[in-house]
Amino acid sequence: MRLLSWAYLAAAYAFVFLPVVVLVVFSFQDGRLPVPPFQGFSLQWYDKILGNGALMTALWHSALVAFVSSALALVMGFLAAHALARVRLPGSVLLRGLLIAPMTVSYLIIALGLLTTFNQAGISLSLWTAGIGHVVINLPLCFAIAYAAMGDHQKNAERAARDLGATEAQVLWHVSAPMLAPALAAAFFLSVTFSWDEFIIAFLLTRFDVTLPVEIWSMLRSGLSPATNAVGSLVFLVSVSAVVLMEIFLFRRPK
Amino acid sequence: MTASLSIQSVTQRYGTALALDAVSLDIAAGEFVVLLGPSGCGKTTLLNLIGGFAEPVSGRILIGGKDMAGVAPAQRPTTTVFQDYALFPHMTLADNVGFGLRMRGVARPERRAKAEEMLALVGLPGKALRRPHELSGGQRQRVALARALAVAPDVLLLDEPLGALDLKLRRAMQDELKEIQRRVGTTFVHVTHDQEEAMAVADRIVVMNAGKIADVGPPREVYLSPKSLFSAAFMGEINQIAVRDGQSALGALVPGTGTLLIRPEAIGLNGALPLGLCRVEDVAFFGTHVRAHVTPLKAPGTRLTVHLAQTLSVEPGAVLDLAATDHLMLEEE
Repeated sequence: MRLLSWAYLAAAYAFVFLPVVVLVVFSFQDGRLPVPPFQGFSLQWYDKILGNGALMTALWHSALVAFVSSALALVMGFLAAHALARVRLPGSVLLRGLLIAPMTVSYLIIALGLLTTFNQAGISLSLWTAGIGHVVINLPLCFAIAYAAMGDHQKNAERAARDLGATEAQVLWHVSAPMLAPALAAAFFLSVTFSWDEFIIAFLLTRFDVTLPVEIWSMLRSGLSPATNAVGSLVFLVSVSAVVLMEIFLFRRPK
Repeated sequence: MTASLSIQSVTQRYGTALALDAVSLDIAAGEFVVLLGPSGCGKTTLLNLIGGFAEPVSGRILIGGKDMAGVAPAQRPTTTVFQDYALFPHMTLADNVGFGLRMRGVARPERRAKAEEMLALVGLPGKALRRPHELSGGQRQRVALARALAVAPDVLLLDEPLGALDLKLRRAMQDELKEIQRRVGTTFVHVTHDQEEAMAVADRIVVMNAGKIADVGPPREVYLSPKSLFSAAFMGEINQIAVRDGQSALGALVPGTGTLLIRPEAIGLNGALPLGLCRVEDVAFFGTHVRAHVTPLKAPGTRLTVHLAQTLSVEPGAVLDLAATDHLMLEEE
């Protein structure tokens, strides 16, 4: 029975991580195809992609879009959460629901909707439009995390700050945001990972400057190569780093 | 700094509930006033109105002669010590205490010096670089007090500041609070439901009930000559004996119609007002006195609570000839 449960655990983890392991292993393939058998260890594909200008530009674009759109989503989400946690408005439940609603809509629908809107408004597609798309998907997330982290403890400290002469902006900057720092950092890094490897919105809302997932997709059209594995491994490494940072901020907070 | 406070016919409503009913109260500069009453009596509502956290439906509040209508908490010459301390967990004690000065644009070295001075005043010298989570409850409350006093408010508002502390610590902090108030000279308005705490610190006690002031006066006066049955009972145990045209269940004790009030400690073997023979029902030794319930032989339906001398040893069933040294007659209106 004990053996069975261990076997189940191993199978479950294998199911989740095997594709990633295969991806990473064959990025080191000393051959032309990322398929078994493994022909020997080589860094040539990494060398090749690091020298690929289009790929490196796309990587920089991805980082830019991820950080700027996440920062924007975080600021907007935090301010909305603070307002809705503090002020009782008629319909604040509805407002809260509407803010979280985009989470339930498929990325494809959001991308198509934005595409139509931008076309109608005569806004040409660029990294900015993809960034706006990422704010749309990450704002609900940042709002939900920030809202859940606010409690009475925070409300009382804000009241004390106001009593001691702080303006609303000073309350937000000196008290609310620092008190929520772990949650805000977690929301930010989670947003970064979502934006970093998001494909559909980035694909539909960019044109000449593209993000990394879109560039990888165009690479795949010319067939499988260990180079795509190498890029994929790099993307994975960045995502993992962001998640690890998030875990550190969220779960290792000082008492 | 210090200033007088004038509350003029202040009324406050929450929905249809009347929280304060035309309350008027004048507080002198430098006075230590305690708002005392059960929960829901309106004492915290009144404190919030003085602090500017809410605006009254009608009436005026003046601090140092200036009308506070429409003035935000930040602009009022008041600061508050909250029951749950409300310290800033991400700041050192020095930054906590210096926060108000920082908001007023005071430079860092000056803020730091003032913070050290205030921390020393509340008995926490040399702890400027600690953080709130390293402190005990009593120490946190001291920091909250230092933080509120650092900006030299004219009026300091204390919202059940000792409510979260255990009894022994609370009694020790009371004495210190009184001492600090004497040193800084600021007007203190302190809210509590603990009448012993009120008597320990107050220059004047304001007993509140159901949105109204039931009694105002120095502790001695409010305890010994209360102006209402409510404040008489709230300030401590008291025996109430109904009197009609000079007649009561215990015979003719005092003239008039109303309620005769006698504190348990005013009853003993000797006194000016004889209560007659009483049978002892039960006895408990309280250290400073012996607390007993007795039934007068003349009035088997009446039960009196008495505090007898510590040296007197009595058993249940004993019959004593009791009398009161002090009493108060509240005439019916």
